[in-house]
Formats: sequence, C-alpha cells, structure tokens
Amino acid sequence: MKKFMITAAIAALAIAATSFGASAADKLKVGFIYLGPIGDLGWTYRHEVGRQEMVKALGDKVETTYLENVNEGPDAERSIVQLARAGNQLIFTTSFGYMDPTVKVAKQFPKIKFEHATGFKRAPNLGTYAGRFYEGRYIQGVIAGKMSKKGVLGYIGSFPIPEVISGINATMLGAQSVNPNIKLKIIWVNTWFDPGKEADAAKALADQGVDIIMQHTDSPAAMQVAAQRGILAFGQDSDMIKFGPKAQLTAIIDNWGPYYTQQAKAVLDGTWKAGDTWDGLKQKMVVMAPYTNMPDDVKALAEKTEAAIIDGSLRPFKCPVYGQDGKPVECKGGTHLDAGQILGMNFYVKGVDDKIPGK
Amino acid sequence: MGLLEAIIISVIAASTPLLLAAAGELVTERSGVLNLGVEGMMIMGAACGFAGCWLTGSTFLGALCGIAAGAALSLVFAMLTLGLAVNQVAAGLALTILGTGLSGLIGAGFVGQRIVPAPHLDIPFLTTLPVVGKMFFGEDGFVYFSIAFVVAIWWFLYRTRAGLILRAIGDNHTSAHALGYSVLKIRLLAVLFGGGCAGLAGAYLPLAYTPFFIPGMTAGRGWIALALVVFSSWRPGRLVGGAYLFGAVSILQLHAQALGLGIPSQLMTSLPYVATVVVLVLISRTRGSSGSAAPASLGMVFVPDR
Repeated sequence: MKKFMITAAIAALAIAATSFGASAADKLKVGFIYLGPIGDLGWTYRHEVGRQEMVKALGDKVETTYLENVNEGPDAERSIVQLARAGNQLIFTTSFGYMDPTVKVAKQFPKIKFEHATGFKRAPNLGTYAGRFYEGRYIQGVIAGKMSKKGVLGYIGSFPIPEVISGINATMLGAQSVNPNIKLKIIWVNTWFDPGKEADAAKALADQGVDIIMQHTDSPAAMQVAAQRGILAFGQDSDMIKFGPKAQLTAIIDNWGPYYTQQAKAVLDGTWKAGDTWDGLKQKMVVMAPYTNMPDDVKALAEKTEAAIIDGSLRPFKCPVYGQDGKPVECKGGTHLDAGQILGMNFYVKGVDDKIPGK
Repeated sequence: MGLLEAIIISVIAASTPLLLAAAGELVTERSGVLNLGVEGMMIMGAACGFAGCWLTGSTFLGALCGIAAGAALSLVFAMLTLGLAVNQVAAGLALTILGTGLSGLIGAGFVGQRIVPAPHLDIPFLTTLPVVGKMFFGEDGFVYFSIAFVVAIWWFLYRTRAGLILRAIGDNHTSAHALGYSVLKIRLLAVLFGGGCAGLAGAYLPLAYTPFFIPGMTAGRGWIALALVVFSSWRPGRLVGGAYLFGAVSILQLHAQALGLGIPSQLMTSLPYVATVVVLVLISRTRGSSGSAAPASLGMVFVPDR
C-alpha cells in the first residue's frame, strides 16, 4: 500500500515534469523505471548515472523520463504502461522483478522497444541486459580470502534469486582459491533497500565474529557499520569509499552509461534489435573500484585475477564446480558452466554452510 | 563484548524509533484521531533532522528540526481532518505520500553527506561495568529519552485531569463537547504532539542509527509503529513491551540466520504482524460485549455545530 501510494505520487510528479518540458517531434523519448530512489547511492543511483551519461552523449536527440521507487509487482505494470502511453519509444526497466510486467506491457505496445535488466524473458521488442557481476564477486572472494584473519566472511543477501546466489558462489570459489577452509555466514534481509535493516544485519555479522562484510543490497549502511567496527567491507553497485575510507577493499561498480547510449543510438539509427546483452569486466559494464586498504601483494593478486578474467584465461565458474553435496554439477559449457546455468543458478557450491531460503 | 550483550544493544537501538513514533500516535489516537501518516511524518523528520544536524553540527538541534518537521506536516493533517472534516484515513495516506515526496526534495542536497552520529553516554564507572555497563549506561540520549517519555505519557493519560479529558474526547466526542471541552483544540494539540514524536523518531534514524540520509530510509517503520499502537491496545505500558518485542524479533532473526539455525527468514520477518493479528483477536475475544480496546470515537469526524 505504502509503496503503491508513493509510486503513484512520484509517477504523477514525473509525468507532470516531463509534459511541461519542450518536446520536439524528432526527439527520441526514453523512459526508465527505477526500483529505489535515485539517491540510494547504490543500484538505482548507478542506473541514474547511466541515464545522465546517455543524455550527455546524445544531447538534444533524446528526452528522458524516469519513475523512481517503483515497487516490483502490480505497481510496475501500471508504471510501465504510463511511460508507454506518455510516448516513450524506448523503455528500460531496471530490476529483476519487473520481468513479467515488462513482458506483458511489451505485448500491448509492440511498436515500443523495451529493455529489461537482469531478466531472461525476451520478445521481438523486448531485449535484456545484465552485468556479469559474479566476475567482480570472484575477485572480491580472492581478496577476502587473503584478508580475513578469522577466515569467516559475512554476506548480506537481499532475495535468494539466481543473480544473488551466483554472486555468493563466485565469492566462495574465489575465496576458496586462496583459502580452502574459508567460512561464509549469510543473512537474508528480504529487501533491496532498508538502510536500518542492512545496518542491523552488518552489526549482527560483526557481533558474530565476521571480519569482512559483503553485501548484495543497495545502501551504504553496511559499509558504514564496517567502518565503525573497524572491520573491512566491499562496496556494492557504486564506489562507497566515502562511507568507509579505511574499510572499503574495493567495490563492484555498475557501469550502464555506455550501454544506454549505444541502445538509444541504435533506436535513433533504426538498427535496434531485441538482444541479450550480458557484459562483464571486459566490456566495462562491470568495473572494479580502486583496490584500497590492502597490502601490495593482495592488491597485485586482485589485479592479476581481474586481468585473467578480462582476457578469458580465468573463468569463475570453471569446471568442475561442486555442489553442497560434494558432487560436481553438470558442466554444460564444456570447460565451464554455461550462461543458462549461471543466470538460473539455484544451488550453493561446496563449502557454503547455509540453506537457500524457500528451497 | 559478549554476543548477548551485543544483541541487546542492537535490539534497543532498533526498538527506539518504533517506540517514539508509536508513543506519539498513541496519544493522537487516544484523542480519537487516526493519523495514518506516521511514515510520512517520520521521513520528513529524518530529512529535516539530518539537514539540521548537518547545518549546525549539533545532534540536539537536528532532533529539534526533526520534531518541528513532523509537527509541521501533522498540521496539514489537522487542517484537513479537524478544520475541513475530511476523512482521516484518506488524509493520513495522503500525508504519507506528501511526506515521502517532500522529504526527497528537501533531502536531495544532503544525500551522501556525513555527520557525526549521536554520542553514546559514557558515565565513569557505570559504563565500564561488565555486561550491564554498556547495555544500560552506554546508549545514546534518544534511548533514555524514549523510555522516560513513555512513562511521562502514561502519567499524563492516567494521572492528570488533562489526560482524562483527552481520553474522554477520544471515547465520546459528543459528550465531551456537551460538557464544554473544546474537542477540536485538544485534538489539534494531540495531532501536533503525534507529529512531533514521529518527526523525532524519523530523526533518530539519520542522527543515531545509520548516520547518513537517503530518501525513503524509514522503510516502513511508520507502518510498524501504527501496528504497534494496535498491538499495545492503546496502553503505554504494553507499548514499551511491544516495541522491544518487535525490535527483538527483527534483530534476532538476523542473528538466527548468521548462526545458521535454519529458520526461514521470511517467516521471522512477518512475525510482528502475525503477533499484531493475534493480539487483535485476543482483545476482541476477552473484551466481549464490554466494547473494544480502541477509543470509541477513533477515526470519526467531529463537527461542533452538528
């Protein structure tokens, strides 16, 4: 209810704002649906930065609108329809939970082009795009494995969806590559964005003896707790060094700007096709923040790992990958797990001492 | 620091904003006004509290700004529901939307700024006592204030004439009016009081809990506070117990997960609401025909000359 009302209000404001703006007929109208507030300093903030970079690159050829705080679920569909009715020809829906609503609206508006982030359902006018965040997670795992004195890492998860689970697994594999006995404590907070709860989870992990905190939620609260407690942490989605100058080891930065620019350009040129983009460190859709608060040898190892992932000589999910039961999982990609296995991941690797909620 | 001690400290911190917001709403509802805009007033308190603290460098002044912002927003609600006799449910929901939007606007310039969090008490000898030292004598000022505050509210409601009048208005505004009490004036004060409390509760989040401001950072705590008032069956004593119970559940479920106890986190997250439903059922069963625990005029519009 709350989210619904908020969304309705913000949607109304945003629509009002754009309708007052000057709109030349030849401008491409591009719409964005955001999960959180643009000031979340994490996931939504990075999409907003991507939008701004697109506007900067394409100038007055595009006119953009965004709706923030759009709840995943029924709200989403209404908001997407709103953007479609407002004349946007290209619409980015930027969270996993918008998948089915986007598919539905894309059917209703076959002439409008849709791009859905981190999903797997496509249509002739609906493409998907996602970052290979697990590549960054693997590097973080390597760093954490080296840096943890107690050998216990803490992980704050949002929802047990494949993207988050593959992140946990990549972290574990990276950490195991340098410390086979590494342990991982996982807390699911069942929200993407609740600074208080994220902080509570970080405190709980710190109280239980974790000395490195990782998060897959959207605010810098966990980083700040780590800084207060004098332990280490990784930033999420954006560089959070400001909130933990002595705590942040590195951060996975989502870099959507080049992609948004490229797709908007494609629509302008008439060359847009519904694609399935899944780019990582190599294409710079995923970027690592500077490696800080670690000794030179760990930094060198992190850089080496990053270089190896970029040149393809290191695959985070290289076979054999063992499941929690100790048996190797089927290797569909030849030498490594294939895209489908990673994008649909719903098992923990060996060494993760936890149960996937609801499984 | 032992684990139990750490957990209790976290629970106290998590419970404090709930307690502050719910205490204010309790007084408002006891006067017969249902203000569902707690979430909106809280987030306004968070934005203005942070802004105040950032500009002045003082947690105290920041808290005052939060109180003022919450009260100011509740004035809008009072104008609508008391002045224009608008439906209270609709006005409360509108207030939440307004507060969320306005706080985002006010707070936009402060996103990413940092402040010094509210200092924790450090009393010589007492704070350094083993186990209980940090727990009872090492909290931030808001925590002590919230407890003393609820005691004061209890005293006001049950031991003063003004409190009796407030409750009388909440239970039967027509009779109170006939006796010559100014129903609207007293309700206005109660609404402003509730707004100030919600503002303070909101300010607690960026000033002490997570010392930065992000739009929407109250993340539904206002709604929990509303549930808490029902849970307490409109009694201050039970409110304290309820707030700490809600806080304890939210913290313990995180620890249970980290310990790998295998309790589904979704179930734990929903427990406070399940508890509220159970309490509602219990209240209605035990009270029987003697009436519900809610103030009898709660949510009803009052127009003096009717």
